[in-house]
Amino acid sequence: MKRVVNAAWAVLFMSAALTLLGGCKKEATTGGQEASEIIVGEYASLTGTTATFGNSTHRGVQMAIDDANAAGGVNGRKLKLVTEDNQSKPDIARTVVTRLITQEKAVAILGEVASTRSMAAAPVCQQYKVPMISPSSTNPAVTDAGDYIFRVCFTDDFQAAVVANFAFDQGYRKVAVFKDIKNDYSVAFAANFAAEIKRLGGSVVAEQFFQEGDTDFKAQLITLAAAKPDAVLVPGYYSEVGTIARQAREVGLKAPLLGGDGWDSPKLVPGAGGAGGALEGCFFSNHYFSSELKEEVTQSFLAAFKKKYSVDPDALAALGYDAARLFVDALKRAGSTEGPKLRDAIAATKDFPGVTGKITLDAKRNARKAALILQVQGDKFRVFKSYTPEQIGQ
Amino acid sequence: MQSFLQQAVFGIQLGSLYALIAIGYTLVYGVLRLINFAHGDVFMVGAFVCYYACTRWLPFRDLSADPSAATSNIALAALVLVMAMCVCAALGVLIERFAYRPLRNGLGVADAHFWGLVAALPFALSMGKLTQVVPLAAWLAIGVIFGYTLRPVVRWIARRSVRTTSRLNALITAIGVSFVLEYGGLLVVGADPNFVPNVVPEKVYQLPGGVRIGTAQLAILAVALLLMAILRYIVVYTRRGKAMRAIAHDIEAAKLMGIDTDRVISFTFALGGALAGAGGALVAALTHVKITPLFGLLPGIKAFVAAVLGGPGSIPGAVLGGLLMGVAEAFVAGSQYSAFRDAIAFCILIVLLLVRPAGLLGRHVAEKV
Repeated sequence: MKRVVNAAWAVLFMSAALTLLGGCKKEATTGGQEASEIIVGEYASLTGTTATFGNSTHRGVQMAIDDANAAGGVNGRKLKLVTEDNQSKPDIARTVVTRLITQEKAVAILGEVASTRSMAAAPVCQQYKVPMISPSSTNPAVTDAGDYIFRVCFTDDFQAAVVANFAFDQGYRKVAVFKDIKNDYSVAFAANFAAEIKRLGGSVVAEQFFQEGDTDFKAQLITLAAAKPDAVLVPGYYSEVGTIARQAREVGLKAPLLGGDGWDSPKLVPGAGGAGGALEGCFFSNHYFSSELKEEVTQSFLAAFKKKYSVDPDALAALGYDAARLFVDALKRAGSTEGPKLRDAIAATKDFPGVTGKITLDAKRNARKAALILQVQGDKFRVFKSYTPEQIGQ
Repeated sequence: MQSFLQQAVFGIQLGSLYALIAIGYTLVYGVLRLINFAHGDVFMVGAFVCYYACTRWLPFRDLSADPSAATSNIALAALVLVMAMCVCAALGVLIERFAYRPLRNGLGVADAHFWGLVAALPFALSMGKLTQVVPLAAWLAIGVIFGYTLRPVVRWIARRSVRTTSRLNALITAIGVSFVLEYGGLLVVGADPNFVPNVVPEKVYQLPGGVRIGTAQLAILAVALLLMAILRYIVVYTRRGKAMRAIAHDIEAAKLMGIDTDRVISFTFALGGALAGAGGALVAALTHVKITPLFGLLPGIKAFVAAVLGGPGSIPGAVLGGLLMGVAEAFVAGSQYSAFRDAIAFCILIVLLLVRPAGLLGRHVAEKV
């Protein structure tokens, strides 16, 4: 008998504790909503492996929505941003976007940074005919999900072509490639780069592979060094690039390293041994955003962002801001919150003055805009050059 | 030829690290016939101890600003190594005490409360940081409630089944502990990669034959060799070591001979943990790799393969297996087929186990049924 009583207590306690905790959580996330507000849905990686991406973007998006409301809203109605965390997981991204559309009745969806999560959520938006604008997913396949899916950044094939043109212009004719074999971004980047540099008249002299999580890259780097390249393309993420650079210098590979927007992080330089370390003087391509750009939209955004959040915005925050502002602009022109009308208004966007450059959406719903080449100098990324699509013949 | 020698040097350095971790697997397998899957995560904890010691806990001085700091930094680096070994030895003991021992001896009061507190941690953390009063109080309260309820529940559920010490249960528990360490780590330190700053001066020496070898590699090799020598001394020449070997031979007979098996098993986990901790600290500080809570996964698996390759339970076998794997990996990684570097370990394993089913130096013991 005593056992049964004990067990009953146990079950009671556990369920009480769980309901208590569950209850607390629910209350915090859902609030009331007013009928006259226009609901804008956002899904972002606020927690998980790429939490910094999601939080940065969210700040930019929130700022654009707040700005629009401060200016009186859209067509007399206020905007309300409902943000859902996808924990950096594609399957959860799909779930929360479904919820945003079916339950919150969001008129449009903003997100995501990582292409895998944008690709998971895009079919849902397409199915419900709710426009989705990705601020910074660069994989070309993202907007292939359908005619309701847009992005305000360039694509990886453009970015890779920019880096190839830059390498060629710098006089790097023989380039070695060191790519992350398990990462779609890295593999596609390397392939597009190789195609473009061959077209220009350069060559890829050696190719080696690594994987995220490897601790030792020296064996491959030695083989790359033996090919005596003018430069080495490392289209990976910042988390590996620093280590690769240090080990490259250790094995005597002194050629400059080249990369893409995956390098953009305050952790890049610490990973390479600090300012003046192994990455000093290396180059990478990035979105058209830097505190060094003197354009007025950029400078006023920098000041306003700093004032609101007391930190400097990065490119992801700027792209989030642009995605939300482009949506608000389209909403005004559409004069309606119906999906098809909104979609047509977004698709008609031309020369929109974004803080990450002028945005014109092309027939494939991608933004045509310039890219920057940044150089690592000390612990700063300095603007070295910029390329427009026209300059590289695209 | 030059790059052949150079790859061999890298391979030996990599292999000595695998060997350090593999010894931990093999020691535990020797005494308990248990594959301690959490061992790779102990290695990860060693790397994190090194990271925090180098960035926060110890007064390292910035080398780039003040080159004269080298001597004091090297002394501190030795201290970091000892710290990582101590923390990981303690962690090894803790894992054995609360995860594996209850499987052998039944769930005690302390075990129940320990796991109650672990299970309560996510709830408390969802309320705020543990340094605040409310989440701390909630953690303790929920943990104790869980602790009190766990034993009756376990007993009630298990009332009709006969308790057996199944190897499979221990294996599943090991995988569980591994997940607790990995995802608990994500909860506490986050997924952002961390890098250990340059704390000791590094130099690269040019050897005859065009081979380059850095101080970092020399240090890894030297420390690994020293630790293996100490381990060999402990296992072969001390009473504790003799007891370990006795338990490895036959645990029941060892008990009958008056050996306190629980204590010796604890000691074995401490030894394995210390070696893994040293490996983690060496990798974190000297190869400049990024450290995340999932950092121990791949090295852990490779070291496990090394242990099986050498013959589980055999310490020289683990060292040999580790070196073999490291060298093979370096050669594959340096060839045109670098994408295949992780697969090569398993190919070697499969071929070798066909020829020598008990591993390179393992002895095949017929099991009585």
